[in-house]
Amino acid sequence: MKNFWKKYKYLLISCASVAAVLLVWYLLIDVMKLTKNSVFPGVEKTFGTFVAKLAEKKPDGATLGQHLLESLKVCLLGYSIGAVLGIPLGVAMAWNKWCDWLVRPVFDLIRPVPGLAWTPMFILIFGIGVEAKAMVIFVNSFVACIVNTYTGIRQADELHMWVGDVFGASNWQKLTKIAIPTATPMIFTGLRTALGGSWMALVAAEMLAASKGLGFMIQQARYISRPDLVIVGMLMIGVVGLALDMILQKVETMVAKGMNAK
Amino acid sequence: MGAEERANREVKVKVNHLTKKFGDLLVLDDISFDVEKGDLLCVVGPTGCGKTTFLNSLTKIYDVTSGEILLDGHPADPKKDHIAYIFQGNSTMPWLTVEQNVAFGLDIRHTPKKEKQELTDRYLEIVGLTKYRKYYPKQLSASMLQRVSIARAFATEPELLLMDEPYGQLDIELRFKLEDELVRLWQMTGTTVIFITHNIEEAVYLGENIMILTNKPTTVKERLANPLPRPRDIAAPEFVQLREQVTDLIRWW
Repeated sequence: MKNFWKKYKYLLISCASVAAVLLVWYLLIDVMKLTKNSVFPGVEKTFGTFVAKLAEKKPDGATLGQHLLESLKVCLLGYSIGAVLGIPLGVAMAWNKWCDWLVRPVFDLIRPVPGLAWTPMFILIFGIGVEAKAMVIFVNSFVACIVNTYTGIRQADELHMWVGDVFGASNWQKLTKIAIPTATPMIFTGLRTALGGSWMALVAAEMLAASKGLGFMIQQARYISRPDLVIVGMLMIGVVGLALDMILQKVETMVAKGMNAK
Repeated sequence: MGAEERANREVKVKVNHLTKKFGDLLVLDDISFDVEKGDLLCVVGPTGCGKTTFLNSLTKIYDVTSGEILLDGHPADPKKDHIAYIFQGNSTMPWLTVEQNVAFGLDIRHTPKKEKQELTDRYLEIVGLTKYRKYYPKQLSASMLQRVSIARAFATEPELLLMDEPYGQLDIELRFKLEDELVRLWQMTGTTVIFITHNIEEAVYLGENIMILTNKPTTVKERLANPLPRPRDIAAPEFVQLREQVTDLIRWW
């Protein structure tokens, strides 16, 4: 019993905290009826909408699953391209001073521009299809991956570099056997920041221009005053975002083992 | 060892007029000396006298300002020569297991897999870490970490092993243990060792030869042969006498 508590303590407390929020929500709206369901829906109503929306295409033309799949598709597409290009560029900038000098000024100029500010340009160029949104996500994930990878590589320990030097390591060996392993936790921080950011940016982008997706669904529900559907969409975004982060966290503990062993 | 026998031994390291400046600060001032093959040379000197700079210049971690370091008659080059270095602090890689850490130098040198495994196993066994081969550095104590570094250095079977106060941060008991381990490994492998320390007792306990450096700008003050038989007894009168002789040399500028 004690071991069980030790092992699942965190999980149990987390569940309890979420349950408490649901309970308060239930008491305030469903039991005490502080507002009408058309202003702030209760737990029962929201859950009903969630179940119905799983199969129903009304009122926005797609089931919840279809919206989710569309959002995930766009998000993961833009995100992966950003990561695949951003991580190597971050490594190159941190490792090679010429690359740093050449790329950095442009990068520093682009970095403060939020991903969403790119939306109008991308819509003009690509229309409101998958590409424009994927590009917004791409910018987000690209920037986060570069910044974190760069910092991570720069954290490589001088002493470790000396060990490499004394054993006669080449520049490439020092990069692959010392700098990149050192940077791995930071690279994962970048990947997780990027994924969280991508997911948030996507929903925002979908609210501006889309014909499917969770953000689009929320926006449509708003136009026809369906707060229950808005909340279903919001909860879905939260749950999926959390799940994606947990997956990456699992991968990180597997890859960067010694770095966080206790 | 008689003077004649000594003259017959091969010179492994030849340092000619080594000078190192950091900006205007002269740290090493025209140092010249030889180290014979198979020697265990202890270098002692006051704290902050540039011992580490001296060792780092030797391995080209630092570029020297002038002078040269010859290994077997040619300029020392870590890319070609088998040099190993045991650093003062913990220099193990946190992302590698104990076993992978020991194999690190062999990996860099592209040692064939089978040979790498054999060497790694052998030196893990010698430093008594076989049981901990799958552990990560974070799970080990300071003395175990230093043993990982020692195994990593010896596994590459270096011609020249440099040690920079490797036991400075360990308590006395562990230090004695690791000092004996070093002597055993040195006798077993016949590798040439340059051991830097500020601990005079350690230098007298370990060294075949003892080189005393002066304060900055650093030059060689004196070089003594240490003929005491091994295993050495730190309480023996001869030992104490030699230790005091070295102490006096350091004290007198």
